Amino acid sequence: MNTEITGIIASFLITVLLAIPLGRYIAKVYAGEKTFTDFLSPLERFIYKFCHVDPKKGMGWKEFLKAMLTINLLWLIYAFVLLLFQGHLPLNPDKNPDMPADLTFNTAISFLVNCNLQDYSGETGVTYLTQLFVITFLQFVSAATGIACLVAVFNGLKEKTTKNLGNFWVIFTQTMTRILLPLALIMAILLVFNGTPASFDGKDTITTLQGDTVQVSRGPAAGMIAIKHLGTNGGGWFGANSAHPLENPNYFTNMLEITAQVLIPVALLFAMGIYIRRKKFAYVVFGIMTVGMLCLMLPTVISEIRGNPEITRMGVLQATGAMEGKEVRLGPAASGYWSIMTTIISTGSVNSMHDSSMPVSGLMQMLGMMINSFYGGCGVGFLNYLIYIIIAVFIAGLMIGRTPEFMGHKVEAREVKIAALVTLLSAFVIKGFTALAAYYFVHHANADWAVKPANWLNNPGYHGFSEMLYQFTSTNANNGSGFEGLSDNNPFWNITGGLAMILGRFLPIIGPVAIVGLLAGKKYIPESQGTLKVDSYTFGVMTFAVIIIITALSYFPPLVLGPIAEYLNMH
Amino acid sequence: MQNVNSNKLLNASLVKEALKQSIIKLKPATMIRNPVMFTVYLGTIILLGVCVWIMAGENSQGSLGYNFTIFIILLVTVLFANFAEAIAEARGKAQAESLRKTREDTPAKKITDPHSKDKTKWGIVQSSSLRKGDIFLCEAGDVIPMDGEIIEGIATIDESAITGESAPVIRESGGDKSSVTGGTKVLSDSIKVRVTTDPGESFLDKMIALVEGASRQKTPNEIALTILLASFTIIFLLVCVTLKPFADYANTPITIAAFISLYVCLIPTTIGGLLSAIGIAGMDRALRANVIAKSGKAVETAGDLDTLLLDKTGTITIGNRKATHFYPTGKIDEAVFVEACILGSLADETPEGRSIIELGNSKGYKTPSLQADGGTRFVPFSAETRFSGVDVNGMEIRKGAFDAILNQVRKAGKAFPDDTEQQVKTISSNGGTPLVVSRNSEVLGVIELQDIIKPGISERFMRLRKMGVKTVMVTGDNPLTAKFIANKAGVDDFIAEAKPEDKMNYIRKEQTGGKLVAMMGDGTNDAPALAQADVGVAMNSGTQAAKEAGNMVDLDNDPTKLIEIVEIGKQLLMTRGTLTTFSIANDVAKYFAIVPALFIATIPALQSLNIMGLRSPQSAILSAVIFNAIIIPILIPLALRGVAYRPIGAGPLLRRNLFIYGLGGIIVPFIGIKLIDLILALFM
Repeated sequence: MNTEITGIIASFLITVLLAIPLGRYIAKVYAGEKTFTDFLSPLERFIYKFCHVDPKKGMGWKEFLKAMLTINLLWLIYAFVLLLFQGHLPLNPDKNPDMPADLTFNTAISFLVNCNLQDYSGETGVTYLTQLFVITFLQFVSAATGIACLVAVFNGLKEKTTKNLGNFWVIFTQTMTRILLPLALIMAILLVFNGTPASFDGKDTITTLQGDTVQVSRGPAAGMIAIKHLGTNGGGWFGANSAHPLENPNYFTNMLEITAQVLIPVALLFAMGIYIRRKKFAYVVFGIMTVGMLCLMLPTVISEIRGNPEITRMGVLQATGAMEGKEVRLGPAASGYWSIMTTIISTGSVNSMHDSSMPVSGLMQMLGMMINSFYGGCGVGFLNYLIYIIIAVFIAGLMIGRTPEFMGHKVEAREVKIAALVTLLSAFVIKGFTALAAYYFVHHANADWAVKPANWLNNPGYHGFSEMLYQFTSTNANNGSGFEGLSDNNPFWNITGGLAMILGRFLPIIGPVAIVGLLAGKKYIPESQGTLKVDSYTFGVMTFAVIIIITALSYFPPLVLGPIAEYLNMH
Repeated sequence: MQNVNSNKLLNASLVKEALKQSIIKLKPATMIRNPVMFTVYLGTIILLGVCVWIMAGENSQGSLGYNFTIFIILLVTVLFANFAEAIAEARGKAQAESLRKTREDTPAKKITDPHSKDKTKWGIVQSSSLRKGDIFLCEAGDVIPMDGEIIEGIATIDESAITGESAPVIRESGGDKSSVTGGTKVLSDSIKVRVTTDPGESFLDKMIALVEGASRQKTPNEIALTILLASFTIIFLLVCVTLKPFADYANTPITIAAFISLYVCLIPTTIGGLLSAIGIAGMDRALRANVIAKSGKAVETAGDLDTLLLDKTGTITIGNRKATHFYPTGKIDEAVFVEACILGSLADETPEGRSIIELGNSKGYKTPSLQADGGTRFVPFSAETRFSGVDVNGMEIRKGAFDAILNQVRKAGKAFPDDTEQQVKTISSNGGTPLVVSRNSEVLGVIELQDIIKPGISERFMRLRKMGVKTVMVTGDNPLTAKFIANKAGVDDFIAEAKPEDKMNYIRKEQTGGKLVAMMGDGTNDAPALAQADVGVAMNSGTQAAKEAGNMVDLDNDPTKLIEIVEIGKQLLMTRGTLTTFSIANDVAKYFAIVPALFIATIPALQSLNIMGLRSPQSAILSAVIFNAIIIPILIPLALRGVAYRPIGAGPLLRRNLFIYGLGGIIVPFIGIKLIDLILALFM
């Protein structure tokens, strides 16, 4: 057991140790300072020239968002068309069919928005062409979109007063060439050497020890698995995701993958400190996020290691902890740690089945996605955190008797309105859609649909409720992990899931960028003794309290009816 | 005017009036102004419908008694919120009324020939018939019928009715002390006054209208907070609406009363109910400090001020400088010098000028009587020349600042005596003000004027510094003197040798740096700066132009009032912030009371969430809604009084308020709900 705990601590420490130099490097890239990757600048200049981009042209927040949304719409259409006709296109050695329309809707959105919810299984649902040119492509660009929007926010916070949040195309290109591609290359090579396939051959046939023959899917998977984690995407090459022995062959790759998914979100925080010249602010944010992570992770790991009380009651020893749904090569501690990291980071890749997690773990995983900003996804993590900061700044500002200010700019009705809308949206999407699902399950159980609502849930009672709640929490958070146990490849879940994902992606990006754009356009107010210091631990604690209170108040009733009731009944 | 400063929060007649108003405010058109409470109002109506439904025979919604009790509690919640607003209004109104009473209809001696040169004919009319531009006469013993500006004469006036200050003041035509206020009384002499406002449009009338709500606009922070509260309300609406399908899934029937109770308990009714009362109380506190704010926004802005421009005289130093010494230059006889000083000060009506004559008289020199005629010409002081004087008997006597006289002497090609220059420096470095006197461009000597710094003023500046407010002293003194006094008083910066446009420039400079600036002024030449400042406080004794330009009027003419105004503004914001925190923190306990109560029948394991150990689901829900209702009146005194501001810096203040209102907000309802549950056990 101690080895397992050491493994978790080592994973986290390595992440932070790597994130510090990476953060420094990222800050340099966006500041246009000299870095060792400057040899790529001719390539970038070629891209700008080819695409008719003027790299020196700044953008206001509206223009920036317009560029971001336009290109995203284009990618959506592109992905939709390719997936819909993939069966007729090349690079399909396993002869997989075209994707049905409702699944295409869900899948195209899912990868565009960095969610990577998969209602299909990689072995049969997609072809090598769509795996590479839709799935992997979107995994790169969706991560770069999130980071670019965060850099726009950095640009707004950096200057005293500015209308220029940077050029979307330039930031986006640099994110691809200087950060994502090099890191993904290194990681893919490490994965290949540990047994992850990178071949264009179709299925292989293996004769097992028992003498059965098994068809084993392969493909050029290593590159995709690298960006899947680095870009906090999470969608697996294979259906079983990182629990699959080819996707995550051993404990080393497990550490590599868990480190890779936390790396960029943490590095971006350190980069922020350097880039906007407020290191203490970045450390406080990192500190609060880490405390939040620990509050979710520790109970999870403990409850997984302790094992299932129902099994204990049957008189079965559980020396290795709760092993249902877990890989023997990884164990409960590493699985528990991964399940929290992947839910707070919005990756959503899994190395164990969350449906089999203990109720406490399920509760913590859902809380991680409801909060969605303890580190959070590439770029979007801090954008989500910013919304909580704005609300905390507003209340704290009033509490000390001053019109609230954030980094020298007055927070007024418009900013509060945007922050309130974004907060409302999550509550609306998660509870609204879950309520809709619950309504159909109860009142139209036998509706004549592809899958009858009565057959949606693999488990009855509280756990079944958790399955539905988890699905919408995950889609809204753009996390993409599934509780599984839910029959989700049918029009109801594909369409509601697609809507939840697209709502949960763009409004929470537009909101913070707009807020910072508005704030940056206002007059700068120098700090005085009466100013609330946002880089103080007091304010950090205030933000933490706001996060806890908003989440608790918003989701207490559904959580009581799901995991909490399950837990209380079990004990 | 005892009740002007009465600090009693409530009295019987106010409460009676407020109770009446809280019923009248149940009109939907009034209710909708406050979105949070409006939804409670709707819930109350729905519950009334449920009661009727039960009487018609429905039996799935629980007993009539239970539903009716909840209906009553919700109605009381709404009434409590209305009462909070009404009592704040009533107090503000009472305060303003008592000021207005001083200007009840009084007879006025209206000049009937306003266009004639000497305006001697007058007739008695009622003050209410006076209109802007009319001229009236006031003689000793008359009550001034209307706000106005003296156009002729000088008089001593008893302003105690407005300010509570019993010492009479002098008001005269021209200059910056020409304004008179209706309701005050002329003690001596007679003045002619031009009416400056139509009835119903005086500042006081405007303030009363603000308090009454008719023209009360929400301030920017209030709007932002309302948005935040509305979004919390919608989140909780979502919680309750989605709870229905969730409960269906869990096979748990939930009554309408339970849904509405949960909703009302969760939405921020405490702050929602008290929000407008807090705003009104802020203006009322300003009024209690004898400051008329022209808008709620001005009070709110005061809390954000970064820089205060304070006139040295009267604010930092007591009254005016006084002459303390005559220092004739080497070869000049003291008698010659002092007589010249007296001559030169004869036409100088400033207190400094008078103090020179007083000092001369005390040394045994006589004051000659002079009339401005062919042979004698008075040279008035101007901000440009910065000296004054008299031309008499072929002598040109000038008295002014060192460099002004130096210029004049140099221009005439004469030398400035070294001993006097030395004396000037000595006086300046001691914080005194040197006034150099010359005759026919020849220096005679220097008069020393001294300032006395108000006791306790440096502590107040220290307090302001801890609030993050920078103080700037504005003075006409030379930089050396200004620096001495600035250091001694503890102000952060000073503007020496200030001309009116210097104030303006300083304000602009601060504002471009993003700072909010306040200043106080009374003269017409202050008007542009008063208008430019974010908070401009005009003295009531000041000119009409100054009063129009500022956004507050100080009835006491007390320049230190700015400091109080800053605290009132901060209190206003803090009260809103802390009560919001308190209100939202309360929800934690309410969840623990209501959610187990809703589901315990079908999920018995949830009993372990009932950490308060409430007796029954019905009692739990009742206790929560009762707590939710009574917390409003319990907090009314706090809302009216305001949360005390402590200048301990932003961080410690936030920690303190988070601890009291955040943590307190979580703990108090646990205790309160449990207590109510215990009390209910006696009846149920």
